[in-house]
This record gives sequence, structure tokens and C-alpha cells, in this order.
Amino acid sequence: MTAPGAAPALPVTGTPVLEARSLVKHFPVHQRGRRTQRGAVVHAVDDVSIAVPEASITAVVGESGCGKSTLTRVLARLIRPTSGELLLNGSPAARRDAREYAGQVQMVLQDPFASLNLVHTVRYHLARPLQIHGLGPEGDNLDDEITSLLERVALSPQNAGKYPHELSGGQRQRVAIARALAVRPRVLLADEPVSMLDVSIRLGVLNLLADLRERERLAIMYVTHDIASARYLGDTIAVMYAGQIIEQGPAATVTDQPSHPYTQLLLAAAPDPDRPSPPTLRGRGAPPSLVNPPAGCRFHPRCPFAMAICAQQAPPGIEVMSGHVSACWLHAKDADSSTPENPGPGPRPIPPTTASQQDSRPPRGEST
Amino acid sequence: MTSLHVGTLDQPAAAGRSRPGEPLLEVTGLCVDYGIDSDAVHAVLDADLVLHRGEVLGLAGESGSGKSTFAYAITRLLRAPGVITSGAVRFRLGQGRDIDLLTADEAQLRRLRWAHVAVVLQSAMHALNPVLTIGDQLGDVLRTHRPDMDRAARRDRAVELLDMVGITADRLRGYPHELSGGMRQRVTIAMALALEPQMVIMDEPTTALDVVTQREILEELAALRDRLGFAVLFITHDLSLLIEIADSIAIMYGGRIVERARATALFRAPRHPYTLGLLGSFPSLHGPRVHMTGIAGSPPDLRNPPAGCPFHPRCRYVMERCRTELPPLRPVARAGPADPRVVACWLQDGSAPPPAELARPEPGPGPGPGSAPAPGTAADVGAGATGGAA
Repeated sequence: MTAPGAAPALPVTGTPVLEARSLVKHFPVHQRGRRTQRGAVVHAVDDVSIAVPEASITAVVGESGCGKSTLTRVLARLIRPTSGELLLNGSPAARRDAREYAGQVQMVLQDPFASLNLVHTVRYHLARPLQIHGLGPEGDNLDDEITSLLERVALSPQNAGKYPHELSGGQRQRVAIARALAVRPRVLLADEPVSMLDVSIRLGVLNLLADLRERERLAIMYVTHDIASARYLGDTIAVMYAGQIIEQGPAATVTDQPSHPYTQLLLAAAPDPDRPSPPTLRGRGAPPSLVNPPAGCRFHPRCPFAMAICAQQAPPGIEVMSGHVSACWLHAKDADSSTPENPGPGPRPIPPTTASQQDSRPPRGEST
Repeated sequence: MTSLHVGTLDQPAAAGRSRPGEPLLEVTGLCVDYGIDSDAVHAVLDADLVLHRGEVLGLAGESGSGKSTFAYAITRLLRAPGVITSGAVRFRLGQGRDIDLLTADEAQLRRLRWAHVAVVLQSAMHALNPVLTIGDQLGDVLRTHRPDMDRAARRDRAVELLDMVGITADRLRGYPHELSGGMRQRVTIAMALALEPQMVIMDEPTTALDVVTQREILEELAALRDRLGFAVLFITHDLSLLIEIADSIAIMYGGRIVERARATALFRAPRHPYTLGLLGSFPSLHGPRVHMTGIAGSPPDLRNPPAGCPFHPRCRYVMERCRTELPPLRPVARAGPADPRVVACWLQDGSAPPPAELARPEPGPGPGPGSAPAPGTAADVGAGATGGAA
């Protein structure tokens, strides 16, 4: 199953700088010494469409193994997609030279202890991309450029001569961000940029990303497992499950009025000191094998609201609110007419999990 | 310390279980160094903590705050170059028998560990032996500590333990690598509970797990705690999680405990600026999205700790006194007798009213420490579950 009708389309809030259309990445399964199913693949990313607009932060949320890092790597062109289209500034990325592409799309990795070279100074880390991309000012100008880069990430210029081990985790991550900014990219792909950092300094780095969005009009993709930080930082949130985006929309509505049962599960499980009583998890269990993903909706084996159609046909992206798309049959207009064996008593509304601020529950799927 | 003859420890833990809410573990003045003499790094400094029976006590702090060192020191699992330089750790076995864990000899410790105090570590993959089956590893614990159990009884108990954490008996023949991360952590929890300990130390038990699995395990843990009545020392950096699951919380910073209070009181009315900053570091899942700042600066370098209050270089309320004088951990001024919360901050010494955000009114009386579970009945259930083991 690679063509579930239409994947959720993104609500475009600005000009998309980087856009993926129906992106698929399958990794072949090799098992030594054992005969495996011929052509078996891991469906790491299946039919994902996402746009990263200018001057905004697109948060991608999911559990480990959902394909969010694979998606980031495909978007960074570190790995080649099995199929699908990648557009940079509206033109196919494949036509571009790898270095030219890297000049526009940069990555920030999770672990700033591993992503910096410990035998080189901060200056080296920042000067190197300038040289490689032929932007290299020389002499005093280079110093000025490095000073300005450090200032853009709120580090003192005195840090230029330091080695990574002389910096704290937060400072290192700032250096990694400065390095990504050196080539003046338009897109920043940040894969779990704060999960290795101490709690008290995480917000500093997140706020820096928010700042760069405003100041430099960067298109930022923020990949995380932490839905609370996605809500804090993101303009839009895309929730991934088992290699697919299952819900996508403005950050506030996705978290305040989640329309997909998996998003509701994620929110119910997330730590929340404001919660008056322990949450009820609906949809326990684990994500499916991505070698043989379930037919139909990939969440249906766990879904508390699963209907007959969910096992047969992958749900298309259905717009539940303006700019808020959910890949769930519960929101289809005529979902129930096609499922006579629906175990529940007629159409079931999705129960609210979080205190909704408005009463505009998903209007579709509730009446037949 | 009451002198203790070794035989005392051989009695099953369930027999020692008594009223809830009475102290089970009392740590006073614990100091732990890494290294010796002038090179020593002071990882834990003068820590006082009381864990009550049946209580979930959360220990929160950033990396390097000394929370794991604290746990390893009180169980005497600390390895060189870690050195316990002073303090006392009194563990109450019940019926008036105490043991000081810091002076106990190896034989005493061997009887005490696992049977009375069990540990669950963060990385279940490393806590389990990759070349032994789950059944062998569970059986190993029982064979060592319950020599009177025969093979069949051990197997029955192993099945019972796995069942307790929702794992089917066919996994007994499985190896750790065949289990998912969540199941592995469930196995280590089952192993920790094998001898019905009175106290379980959990060092970031769910940090490596996905959020749904984490929640499932925490639910199981709460149910088991209600049933078996053990106390938990839960160590984590995730304060937002701790507020949900703990009865009371101690916050560590730079090797010191800087605040301790009931979980709700700590959340609604923090008294230490670091606690306030930490609470402000977790974005909320509700309400309007507001700009948050976290805490400026970095955690202290323990090789070169700041003078005075360890938090003063990052504190937005810093006063002259904070730079030179270390604030003692003492009861908060104006706190009611029912809420014995303590804080180490000069702002709270009663000489002047603290800033409004550090003087929020206490929330209404909730469940106090140790009163949340009902181990009176739980102990009976627990003893019954032990069956032939006891």
C-alpha cells in the first residue's frame, strides 16, 4: 500500500521553500543466512507530503521508529527517496548539484557532543562551510563573519578560539546552529535539537530557533518526540505514525482539538502536571512492523474507534477544519454507510481528550 | 545505629512491613566525593532526605546534579572513585530494627539488597544479561535469595512476576533482545519486585522509552505500588512527569537538595528560584502559547563550584548574601505544621517578603506523604502473593 488516495496536504501559510510530495523511502531488508521474503522492505516513509514554508516552524512529532528522522534525511538529500518529489523553491531538487542544495538546506543534529569535531576549534567549525561553499572571506573579514555568526546564535565572540569540550551542551548546540547558518541557508532541518540538552537550557535553544524564524525568515523543520515542545515552538504540527503523516495542521488546533485517535493518544500519554486525574489511554500497544504494515489505516489494530473500512482502505487526508487535515475515516462524510458491520452504535464522535477551547468538534463523520 | 545481627535480615520483607507513613529510609548529612583530597569533586553535599513507607518520592535535577550518585551511595553501589565521606543512611526494617547502610558489612548488604531494597536502572538492555533467558535471570534471583524454593516453585513465581507486569509466560524462554524496550523495562521491574522489597529505587526508568510506553509502565507501577505497598525513590530529570506520579518531590542542584515539598505544593507554589525556573522550562499542553525563558546560564561546574548558594550565578533574585553564604535547608517560614516543606534559599528566611511568584499560596490540603497508598491492606495481598517464597 503506497497510494492511500491523497496524503494530507499542508495548509500553506507562506511560500513553501522546501516541499516534499508523496515521498516514499523503503529500505531493503537483508538478513544474512536466512531466506527472506523476496523484495521485503521496511516502509520507513510512505507517501509523505510536507511543505516547509518561509519564516515558519513546521514541527514533526512522532515516536521512535515512525520515520521522522528518515524524512529529515531525505529532505536533506542525505539519502535518496525511493519515489516522490522534492521541490526547493518550487523547482525539483534532484536537478540541483548536491553542494548547491546543501547551500540552501542545512541540518542541525541531535547530539552536539558528537556533531562537533573535538580536535577543532569553534572558529574552524564555522570557517569550514564558508570555504567549502566558496563564500570564504579572508583575514579580518573572516573574523568579522565568525563574530557575526556567533552573535546571531547569542554566543560571545570570545568562544571562537575554544574547543568543543570547553563549551556546555547548550553552547555546543548553538555552535552547531551557527555552523548551519554560515552558508546562509533558507531551510534548517533540526532533528531533535534539544533532546540531549539539560532541561533548563532547552528553552534557550528553542527560543533561538524561534528568533531565527523571525529575524532571518528561515524555513525551519523541527523534528521531535515531545509534543509539548512542538506546541510551544511550531507554527504547524505534523504527527507521524508508522511512516505516514496522520494529522497536520496549525500547532494550537492539533494539540487543543486533536482529530486523529493517535494524536489523542500521544497527548493523553504526554506528561502534564495540570492534569487533574491520571489520563486514560485509548489505543494501547506498540507501533506495527514496518516490513508488513497493516492494511488500511496503520493505526487500526490499536484504534479504539476502528471500523470495518479502517482495515480495508487507507484513509485519505480529510480536512476537519480550515488548514487542519486528518487521515482518519471517522471524519469521512459517509464512513458509516459503507461499514454496516460497524460494532458501535452508529456513528461515533471522537471524544475530546484535552480541554477544547472551542466547541467546534470535527463536523464531519458525526452525521450520516 | 542499632546493632543488628545478621539473621534479622533473612526474615521476609513482608513481615517488616508496618504502618504507612512512617519513615522507611532516613538519609542525614550524606556527602559523596569523586576522587580524594584536594582534587575531589563534591557530587553530593550534605543531603538529608526521608522516604516514608509506601511513598513515591521523586528526586529531580539536571544531569550532574548528583541525583544518581545519591541513589548509588545510599545503596552502597557506588564505585571508585566515588567515596562516601560522611553521613548516615538509616533503613528501618520494621519492628524497631534499623540498619545503617553506610556501615553495614558485605554480608548484611547482600541480604538487604534486592530483598529489601531493589533498583531499576534506566537502560534495561544493560541491566539484563543478553545471553541468559528471562526465566533464567528471574530464577537466579530467587535461587540466591530463596534457597528453599525448588525449581518448580521458582518457575511458578517467575510466571507470576511476569504476569504482574503484563507479560505472558512464554517469554520466560525468550532472550532480552527479543523484547521491545518497554517489555524489557517491565521485566526489570518484575525482577526488582521478585522478593517483595519495601523500597524500589528507580533511576530514570522510563527516559529511554516512548511516551505511550512510558505512560503504560507508570500506570502498572502505580497499580503494583497500591497492591504491594513498596516505597519508590523515583529519579528523573522530567519534573513535569514527576509532579503527576510522585507524592513528594526533592529538587537537587549542584549536589545539594534545594527544595522538598509535596508534589502539588511544589508545582503550585514553588519556593526556590531554581524550582520555579525548572517548572518554567516545560512548555504546557494547554492554554495560550506564552514565551518562556528556561533558566539563563549553565549548571555549575562541580570542579569549581560557585561560592555561597550554588544557584546564585543563574538566579534572577540574587542578593549580596547569596554570593558568599550558603543558605541552609530549613522549613519554609509561615508553612503550616501539616506541610513540612523545606527550602534552601535566603529569600525564604522570613526577614523580608519573598517575590510574589515565590510566595504563591499553598494549595489546599491534598494527600500528604505516605497517605496516598493504602499499604495496610496491600501488605496482606503482597504477603499472600509471595506464597511459598516467604
